Amino acid sequence: MGLPEVKADGAEALLARHPAPTKGARWAEEMREKAVASLRAMGAPVGRDEYWKYTDPRPLTADTAEAAVLKVDEAPVFGEVDRLKLVFVDGIFDPAQSDDLALSGVEIEHLSDALATDIHWAKDVFGVLEARGQDPVPRPMAALNTAVASVGVAIRVTGKAAKPISLRYLHENPTSDAVIHHVIKVEEGAEVTLLENGPAAARFNKCMEVEVADRATFHHVRAQGRDHERLAATHMFTRLGTESVFKSFTLTVNGVLTRNEAVIEFTGDDAQAHIAGASAGDGAFHHDDTVFITHDAVNCESRQVFKKVLRNGAKGAFQGKILVKAGAQKTDGYQISQGLMLDDDSQFLAKPELEIYADDVACSHGSTVGAVDEDALFYLTSRGVPRVDAQGMLVLAFIDEAIQEIEDAALADEIRERLGAWLERHRAV
Amino acid sequence: MMLEIKNLHVKLEEEDKVILKGVDLSVESGKVHAIMGPNGSGKSTLSYVLSGKDGYEVTEGSAALEGEDLLELEPEERAAAGLFLAFQYPVEIPGVGNMTFLRTALNGQRKARGEEELNAAQFLKLVRETAKSLKISDDMLKRPVNVGFSGGEKKRNEILQMAVLQPKMCIMDETDSGLDVDAMKLVADGVNALRDAGRGFLVITHYQRLLDHIKPDVVHIMADGRIVKTGGPELALEVEQNGYTDILAEVA
Ligand SMILES: Nc1ncnc2c1ncn2[C@@H]1O[C@H](COP(=O)(O)OP(=O)(O)OP(=O)(O)O)[C@@H](O)[C@H]1O
Ligand SMILES: [Mg+2]
Repeated sequence: MGLPEVKADGAEALLARHPAPTKGARWAEEMREKAVASLRAMGAPVGRDEYWKYTDPRPLTADTAEAAVLKVDEAPVFGEVDRLKLVFVDGIFDPAQSDDLALSGVEIEHLSDALATDIHWAKDVFGVLEARGQDPVPRPMAALNTAVASVGVAIRVTGKAAKPISLRYLHENPTSDAVIHHVIKVEEGAEVTLLENGPAAARFNKCMEVEVADRATFHHVRAQGRDHERLAATHMFTRLGTESVFKSFTLTVNGVLTRNEAVIEFTGDDAQAHIAGASAGDGAFHHDDTVFITHDAVNCESRQVFKKVLRNGAKGAFQGKILVKAGAQKTDGYQISQGLMLDDDSQFLAKPELEIYADDVACSHGSTVGAVDEDALFYLTSRGVPRVDAQGMLVLAFIDEAIQEIEDAALADEIRERLGAWLERHRAV
Repeated sequence: MMLEIKNLHVKLEEEDKVILKGVDLSVESGKVHAIMGPNGSGKSTLSYVLSGKDGYEVTEGSAALEGEDLLELEPEERAAAGLFLAFQYPVEIPGVGNMTFLRTALNGQRKARGEEELNAAQFLKLVRETAKSLKISDDMLKRPVNVGFSGGEKKRNEILQMAVLQPKMCIMDETDSGLDVDAMKLVADGVNALRDAGRGFLVITHYQRLLDHIKPDVVHIMADGRIVKTGGPELALEVEQNGYTDILAEVA
């Protein structure tokens, strides 16, 4: 078998660097063993891998996490939202700062408790969606996560959740290396909004598996940390039932390295999945959105909207694929990825892909990279708008298509404010 | 003098193309001057250079607003000093709301001049009243700047901005083109309402029609980057009847 030594050794090193997880029930242990075997078979990511062409995996695979200086100069996001708050500090659940795990319409447990239960709904989700997402492209950091994670929550939504569930990830130890895994099942007709925010750790490996059953709705809004030197590799694996709705939005401002992978699979007809991201980076900032959407059902709609604003040598990457399987007729797939460069030093790399095996589909994708529109800038300044404000208005306007994917108007406005604040702190003139 | 342009020479920054070849033109406070001239003679370029657009290089000459050197100022400083250009081709700006834009512009100017900024209610009242007189609907006000506006709507939106910002020196670049007869009347009424002793106008146009409504005090003919002839309102009538051939032959 031809796995290069560096990949094989790398996989062992990844497994060795994390303590063994809290022991679970037999099914959970089997799943973890499968993940270990799968990681060994695919090997650690290396720069030569096609899928890691734009993002150097070494900071993620190194034995220890690079120290990340803690610098918070802003109030945490979602602070005003009425929500059920669960707090994790450097990858450890913190009951003192968290609300009780009780919410009408929802069952919430710690992941370790769910995995220790012999008969549990999580058996159909934990490691299952992650494993499905390993084909055709391997995602070793996700396999690692399933293999070693003990911390996280298992959320089963049975009705309309009374309020949003908010996962807050605090970072206190400058060299923390956190692994968190959530499993979520939104049962038929149920509805929930999940909020995530915070830098989590110096290095964060997060995996979230989300099963959205028929006619169920899942909204997700995430803000990945404020001004931190953190690293993050996150995965979201989603399976969608008939007439289900999935909407996910991520805001990323700073963090030296972020790779957000999303794997979405339509298995029931007439479903809808929107995934969007807005990122703004200044200087040492590398942000990678990697998305894979599989249409394996009829009349489903997928939308990917990713916007990146970059300056001072910041880098953005986007790899997005829409795979339409044979028989997935009436698929409506849209994908746009755009980079706005505030100077000549920054870089945006995009690889949009379509692979279509059905004949009655409407798929489009586009990718652009450019600077602020000088004509628009002149028009605004000629009316008396100061140049920095004019530039800020145009940057926010550029990003807004992604923010509009957030269903909740108040949350969308909060994200807009955050971006506005980022622009204030990173004024480019 | 409200606006004083002396021997202005302008070339493109990126190439060796000279567009303005010594423009002399002064607009007194309280007066309306019109500029006419063949396509490509440099009228829009003059308006852009006065308002500070990038891409042009002034190689000689000067331009001053009430004695203050305009060419040294950033576009937003020129606006705050009282200069306004109604664009020949207003720019569409998706994602930026018309109202947000106009309020930021007005308050930006007021702040720069050390005046108190208007609050949301005061601003809304001001815009509503002005918009009404120009028959600009609430829907248009709510839309992104010029996005989806018809040609005529864009021009009316320019005049709305002018009326709200109350500049001292108004340059209007072919504001009449694309307007139907009624809209032309609305725009002219808007301009006439702004006419007063403390304000100057420079109206660039190809047609007598607009000048029927906005009676100019002085008419200039621009050709090949220069003002080649200056006269009274009768000059516009002459152009309307005979075109530029005779005038250009006469000054050649
Ligand atoms: N950025 C530019 N690049 C190249 N050529 C330019 C540029 N700006 C102006 N020009 C040229 O300069 C000349 C003057 O243009 P300008 O737009 O000022 O004319 P105008 O008098 O306003 O014409 P019109 O009546 O058609 O509006 C034209 O030949 C035009 O092509
Ligand atoms: Mg012109």
